[in-house]
Amino acid sequence: MIVFKNVSKRYPDGYVALNNVDLTVESGEMVFLTGHSGAGKSTLLKLIAAIERPTSGTITISGQNIAQLKLGAIPYLRRKIGFIFQDHKLLFDRNVFDNVLLPLQISNFDNKTVAGRVRAALDKVGLLKKEKAMPIALSGGERQRLCIARAVVHRPSILIADEPTGNLDIEYAQDIMSMFISFNQVGVTVLIATHDASLLRDTQHRILSLKQGKLAV
Amino acid sequence: MIRAWLTQHGFVFFLTLKRLISTPATSLLSIIVMGIALSLPAGIYVLMENLSSISGQTASSPQMSLFLKLDIKKEDIEGIKQRMEEDSQIVSFQFIPKDAALHQLQQNNGLADISASLVRNPLPDAFIVHTLENAPENLEQLRVAMQSWPEIEHVQFDSAWAERLSALLKLGRFIVLMLTTLLSVAIIAIMFNTIRLQILTKRDEIEISKLIGATDSFIRRPFLYFGAIQGLAGGATAWLIMTLVIRALNEELGTLAQLYDFDLQLQQLSPSDSISLLLFSAWLGWLGARLSVASHLWQIEPR
Repeated sequence: MIVFKNVSKRYPDGYVALNNVDLTVESGEMVFLTGHSGAGKSTLLKLIAAIERPTSGTITISGQNIAQLKLGAIPYLRRKIGFIFQDHKLLFDRNVFDNVLLPLQISNFDNKTVAGRVRAALDKVGLLKKEKAMPIALSGGERQRLCIARAVVHRPSILIADEPTGNLDIEYAQDIMSMFISFNQVGVTVLIATHDASLLRDTQHRILSLKQGKLAV
Repeated sequence: MIRAWLTQHGFVFFLTLKRLISTPATSLLSIIVMGIALSLPAGIYVLMENLSSISGQTASSPQMSLFLKLDIKKEDIEGIKQRMEEDSQIVSFQFIPKDAALHQLQQNNGLADISASLVRNPLPDAFIVHTLENAPENLEQLRVAMQSWPEIEHVQFDSAWAERLSALLKLGRFIVLMLTTLLSVAIIAIMFNTIRLQILTKRDEIEISKLIGATDSFIRRPFLYFGAIQGLAGGATAWLIMTLVIRALNEELGTLAQLYDFDLQLQQLSPSDSISLLLFSAWLGWLGARLSVASHLWQIEPR
């Protein structure tokens, strides 16, 4: 469960990205976060993974207050979260397989099981045949799917996606959306930030709308 | 748990080797620079070790020769032994009976003819004494004390010579220490800069690793391994340089020795000293990397 209480984020230059946000996401829930660019969607997502720290307020994830987390504890929080970044953040010096392997290396997984896990993740996003390819050779949609495989390979309980369908065709976008739905169906909490109205038209999931740093009800 | 830890470290070890090999020219140059830098103090150290072993005594335990009077009795010898055992300044002593001394003399190349012409053994019984103290004034005191024993004819101890040698060895040690310190700092600086450049080129990897939950020690590890492995390779290079130089010197000394009919060979670095050299150089590389990582890694925080 993710709970925001009176959370504000003001950047050093005085810009207020979030202003007194209260929000609860139940575990196993799938939630969309929408709003114009600059409305604070990315900031909100980054606060959950402690990439940014709130100026005030408390953020609790399964009972743990993220706002007061010690620096040394942050890596262990991030391992519970799969994060799909807006700019993908892929490593271009290694192939598809090794990109997906990275989270497992980081969390000290046993060498014998990692290859199977990586392939399972690649299979879910349909990149199994491209495991030896370098990211530079992938299309935009394939890179997005690679990023998703990397985010889910260590089986996180929370999946966060920042504009996952950013520059994709509607067909690709629906493809990716159905992947998120299937992750959600096996119990993963999913948070998706998007400004793509077409994705939200006929969804049954909850939609949170941010406007100038405040949640509009 | 332990297996996971081992695989993790094994993985980083091979990753580091791969990185070293992937830039062969750079790696080789740094390793050679480190090797040369380390071989200088290590070489002087080896020369000093040889000097103190050639002189027949280690500087830390000086030696005196006690010559007994010719008409000495067996009981008197026992008495001397007992006195020496009680003396806390004396570390060890060795009794050399006159027959053994003569035998040794006959073995000696140039003197064999002379000793063969002797009618009777002119040599006295003797003791060789190793003392705890090596300060010349204390040794002189001990010499005077032993000279006053009734059975003793003469105590031989060239204190001026010992003083000179010990001063020389002290100077040598000081030079080794100075060179080691200076060149260690140089090696640490080289490694510091090498790792700084590596961190810069691996900026993306570090940032992404942090974003997906890498601990600081996970991020530090490959750099520390890199420093230690390169340091170790530098130490091995220094060892190789010294081994080859000593071998070449020994060949030259061999020719010289044939001409002058004496035997002088330089000893190679002992196994324990070799291991110390390797460990020390690995530690230097590790330290340079550690300092570099500590001062550069915190600058890379994901946004």
